[in-house]
Amino acid sequence: MPSAISASGSQGAILRRAFIDALVKLDPRKLTGNPVILATEVVAVLATISVVDAFVRHASPLFAIQIALWLWATVLFANLAESVAEGRGKAAADSLRAARVTTNAKLINEANGQVTMTPSHKLGKGDLLLVEAGDVIPADGDIVEGVASVNESAITGESAPVIRESGGDRSAVTGGTTVVSDWIKVRVTAGAGDSFLDRMIAMVEGANRRKTPNEIALAVLLAGLTLVFLVAVVTLLGLGKYSGVALDPMVLGALFVCLIPTTIGGLLSAVGIAGMDRLLKVNVLATSGRAVEAAGDVDTLLLDKTGTITFGNRMATEVIAAPGVAEDRALRAALMASLADETPEGRSILELAREKHGLSLETPDGATAVAFSATTRMSGLDVAGTSWRKGAVDAVYKAAGLEPKDVPAEVAAAVDRIARSGGTPLAVSENGKLMGVIHLKDVVKPGVKERFADLRRMGLRTVMITGDNPVTAATIASEAGVDDFLAEATPEDKLRLIREEQAKGRLVAMCGDGSNDAPALAQADVGVAMQTGTQAAREAGNMVDLDSDPTKLIEIVEVGKQMLITRGALTTFSIANDVAKYFAIIPAMFVVALPSLAAINIMHLSNPHSAILSAVIFNALVIIALIPLALRGVRYQAIGAARLLSRNLMIYGLGGVIAPFIGIKIIDVLIHAINLA
Amino acid sequence: MTFQGWAEIALTIGLAVGLAWPLGIYMARVWQGESTWLDPVLRPIESIFYGLSGVDRNKGQGWLTYTFSFLAFSAAAFFILYALLRFQNLLPLNPQGFAGMSPDLAFNTAISFVTNTNWQSYSGESAASYLSQMAGFTVQNFASAAAGIAIAAALARAFAANRGESVGNFWVDLTRITLYVLLPVSIVGGLVLAALGVPQTLSHYIDAHTIEGAKQTIALGPVASQEIIKQFGTNGGGFFNANSAHPFENPTPLTNMIAMVAMNVLGFACVVAFGRVAGARREARALVIAMTVLLAGAASAIYWAETQPTPALVAAHVVTTPNMEGKEVRFGAAASAVFTAMTTGASCGAVNAMHESYTPIGGGMAMFLIQLAEILPGGVGSGLYGMMVMALIAVFVAGLMVGRTPEYLGKKIEAREMKLCMLASLILTASILGFAAVAIVLPLAMKTVSASGVHGLSEVLYAYTSATGNNGSAFAGLTAANPFWDTTMGIAMWLGRFGYAVPVMAIAGGIVAKPKLAPTAGTLPTHGGLFVGLVIGVILILGGLQYFPAQALGPIVEHFQMLQLTAAH
Repeated sequence: MPSAISASGSQGAILRRAFIDALVKLDPRKLTGNPVILATEVVAVLATISVVDAFVRHASPLFAIQIALWLWATVLFANLAESVAEGRGKAAADSLRAARVTTNAKLINEANGQVTMTPSHKLGKGDLLLVEAGDVIPADGDIVEGVASVNESAITGESAPVIRESGGDRSAVTGGTTVVSDWIKVRVTAGAGDSFLDRMIAMVEGANRRKTPNEIALAVLLAGLTLVFLVAVVTLLGLGKYSGVALDPMVLGALFVCLIPTTIGGLLSAVGIAGMDRLLKVNVLATSGRAVEAAGDVDTLLLDKTGTITFGNRMATEVIAAPGVAEDRALRAALMASLADETPEGRSILELAREKHGLSLETPDGATAVAFSATTRMSGLDVAGTSWRKGAVDAVYKAAGLEPKDVPAEVAAAVDRIARSGGTPLAVSENGKLMGVIHLKDVVKPGVKERFADLRRMGLRTVMITGDNPVTAATIASEAGVDDFLAEATPEDKLRLIREEQAKGRLVAMCGDGSNDAPALAQADVGVAMQTGTQAAREAGNMVDLDSDPTKLIEIVEVGKQMLITRGALTTFSIANDVAKYFAIIPAMFVVALPSLAAINIMHLSNPHSAILSAVIFNALVIIALIPLALRGVRYQAIGAARLLSRNLMIYGLGGVIAPFIGIKIIDVLIHAINLA
Repeated sequence: MTFQGWAEIALTIGLAVGLAWPLGIYMARVWQGESTWLDPVLRPIESIFYGLSGVDRNKGQGWLTYTFSFLAFSAAAFFILYALLRFQNLLPLNPQGFAGMSPDLAFNTAISFVTNTNWQSYSGESAASYLSQMAGFTVQNFASAAAGIAIAAALARAFAANRGESVGNFWVDLTRITLYVLLPVSIVGGLVLAALGVPQTLSHYIDAHTIEGAKQTIALGPVASQEIIKQFGTNGGGFFNANSAHPFENPTPLTNMIAMVAMNVLGFACVVAFGRVAGARREARALVIAMTVLLAGAASAIYWAETQPTPALVAAHVVTTPNMEGKEVRFGAAASAVFTAMTTGASCGAVNAMHESYTPIGGGMAMFLIQLAEILPGGVGSGLYGMMVMALIAVFVAGLMVGRTPEYLGKKIEAREMKLCMLASLILTASILGFAAVAIVLPLAMKTVSASGVHGLSEVLYAYTSATGNNGSAFAGLTAANPFWDTTMGIAMWLGRFGYAVPVMAIAGGIVAKPKLAPTAGTLPTHGGLFVGLVIGVILILGGLQYFPAQALGPIVEHFQMLQLTAAH
């Protein structure tokens, strides 16, 4: 799928920019939102001071220098994680900005109909514009008159033009897109700086990225832990003094930084940005991170049947021969009757004949197509005296001169069965003789059923919304494996259903495109508007799908969940890491005064300095090592909450306890080998 | 270690948990104002209280009003008890003619009883009159226990509500819990204890003449009535200074068993009742299992440690028998070990052995149990809400890992809850470690600490741990009856009680207003073995991370020093 917002510029350029950003972010004022990293920076500053102090006192500064450097590296790595995550968005924003050029708009004076050229940034809401072939549409708006094909690739990445026309659900146009043919009159709906494109740029740049509720809660937990560890470390001053332990403030600082959750603290905002980024990659634009997070919490998905669950047009699935007619003759008749039929139904009959029966025919020369008409309610083909027809069952019966009572029982039964299953029966005749019945039905997209089963395991209920009658709806619902359906649904029904679900304490997601969807989109916790939809729909939803593909809802939910899982996994890992760090640093701190504590140096680290340094280095490097995971996200599997939890607890909890024991030991061996401590 | 010892530990914990079920089910009815079989007797009395005090029993309170009522009640209790102790010399029922307590001692003691700590800086038999014991301490043993349970009840209602407002009525809760739960059990239990030989009298102390011709004063008093509520309400303040090691408080192995079961059963029952009221029986069961596993583990560790002979003495071929110093020799090492685990796990603080004289592992474990925030099963009421804080933290971190905003019992756990959970945890840590770190470098404070070196640190750390955890047991050896210790430990007790309970009430206030969400297949299951393991892991890791450095300088280094003595030999 093409994506307009895939990053421009090479990976290298993004990285270079990220490095510079990371340095700029060392400014403590920029770190106020991240108490863990701010605390790390404070310790880094104090460590730097003690390096100077060591020089002044002519003590060996080697250890102090290394600790200070690695503490700074910890802060830098955390900043880098955020910058890299932002970098991708910034690059995407650049390519969008290219579409936001100031153009000359043809402003129509509504009093006298005269057109004046006005720079697009001077346009206001309510202005009426003329846009002709070749013009860039200067602002967001609704078409009030005319039809045009519009190239929207600047927004969607899709270069095939789309038709936009006044009235109905295809009337919205977006500033920055180009009219390819014809002309339209557009009523401006968003002033300069407030357009869809502006909002997109702001979103991908993260300019107005606010912390999401869950991110705030996690940040609170991390800040709380930081304070708890601050108490645990600072009180060691007193307890250590009593025990006769000479505590180097540098070592206390190192212990503090190792204990506070720097890993998740450093990666937290990168995870959030990367979540938005993953949505952008599938061409979905969220108006806030809050919406992405809510997507992870969704309990009920409202899915439109047409286009989401089924292909949306009826397709032939079988041909039932009339009694006394060979099966292949009936199929051949159906095929001949459909050769000239360009409708999707007609194409599907050709498809059925080819795929299932290996039958494929060319339209013979001299054939005359007989088009469908409201009076005959049949269509077909005449070739050299033979006529094939297919059409409404009663129409074909009538043409065949059959009274209802004369219809062969087998045929009547087949017709009845098809109708009851929600399908559409079509009768086929050859030279007026009834040959058989074609079963047309709404076909469920392949893989949809499995997808819904996954969703069920994720704890999501799926509700199919359709305008069909309850019988047809029930058939499709059971075939697709949705949990529930709403038949003959009106927009009011949709809104009511959403409210009911919400009253039961469930979060609801839906997608829609029409103006009459707008109230429901606004009411839903996650409302995904199709980019092809009306301006009203796009404003009501909290996400816009640039591909206008309703199945995206499922991907959106997954991205939301993935974002939360990644945060939880990194937090667990970060806290679990502390166990090993204690076993490295505590014996190292106290062993000189209390030699018996050498017994808890279970990693057998070479010496106290090396032990402390190894823990600090591990603590810094683990941030770098986990940046890819933070950006990619922990894989989400639809295996149910209990199994998912035990799996993640194993990897990130148990793994988080074990990994640093190994990592710190390796670093210690290396440090010792090259004599750094 | 003997089979009998293990069986004793298993039986004690088993009885405490087993009896908690019927008690919890009954208490849930009491919390919810439903009828009980005691109604014919107690309803009229209950109504009289409401009539006299003007409490409308049907009027619910929001969390702020509820909290304010709790605080006001505690403050009133504090001032009354303080006055009672200061001026006991002027008041009746003082046959021994004890003087009024000094201001700092009265302050410490009053806070101690109001906060359900029952740290005893005074010595019961030589400083408190019968009136102080009965109208002061015993009353507070009921009142502070009931107040703690009331908070648990409020929290349970908060979880049960769907976009609610009221968390109950503090005055009704206080009255009902006292009348329907604490009093009946205490009356029956007190009579049983008296029947088993615990004194219950208002007469003078007895002067005995020993066969050597010496004169010995035998202290007596209304012991049985205070003894039962001391355990049942996880108060722990003994009538006598020696607490449950005193033969009048704890004369037989049976009274010892009753004491142990009594001090844990109500803590567990609070969890059971919570599960009933909040509509979360399976979840409550998971919490009970987590508590039991940790408690049994700790009891086993202490039992193991306390049945090892001292390595240095073995190496010197002096003894090969376990170290019995400090144990309750009448009942054996197992009964001492499980008593220690249960009294520290339960925020009770009654002791039948001297934790001071335990091996470093045994004593350190007792201290660690308190540092885990008194949740195994913790004090009455306070254990439940302490466990809730742990469960919320566990749910928050783990809940994210299933890809949803964390939920517990149908309520979303968000920034407000995390803020308050961390605040409560931080207050405990800061009080325990902060006071210990300051006291230990102050010569003024250390004057009255008997041990020097590593053991001195353990004594100081234990004292503030016990005070902040509202436990009340002591590493003897530290004489806390002086202005510095009385005051700082009073503050620590105050922080441990109200610095924790108020954030918990604020959590209840947030939770009550939230919509109750329906669980789905994507919701984190909080009733299975996985969650039990998770909660245990969070408790151990969080507790361990906070106190490991301090413990390393105390019990842990002591342990290795003890082992090294052997090696040196």
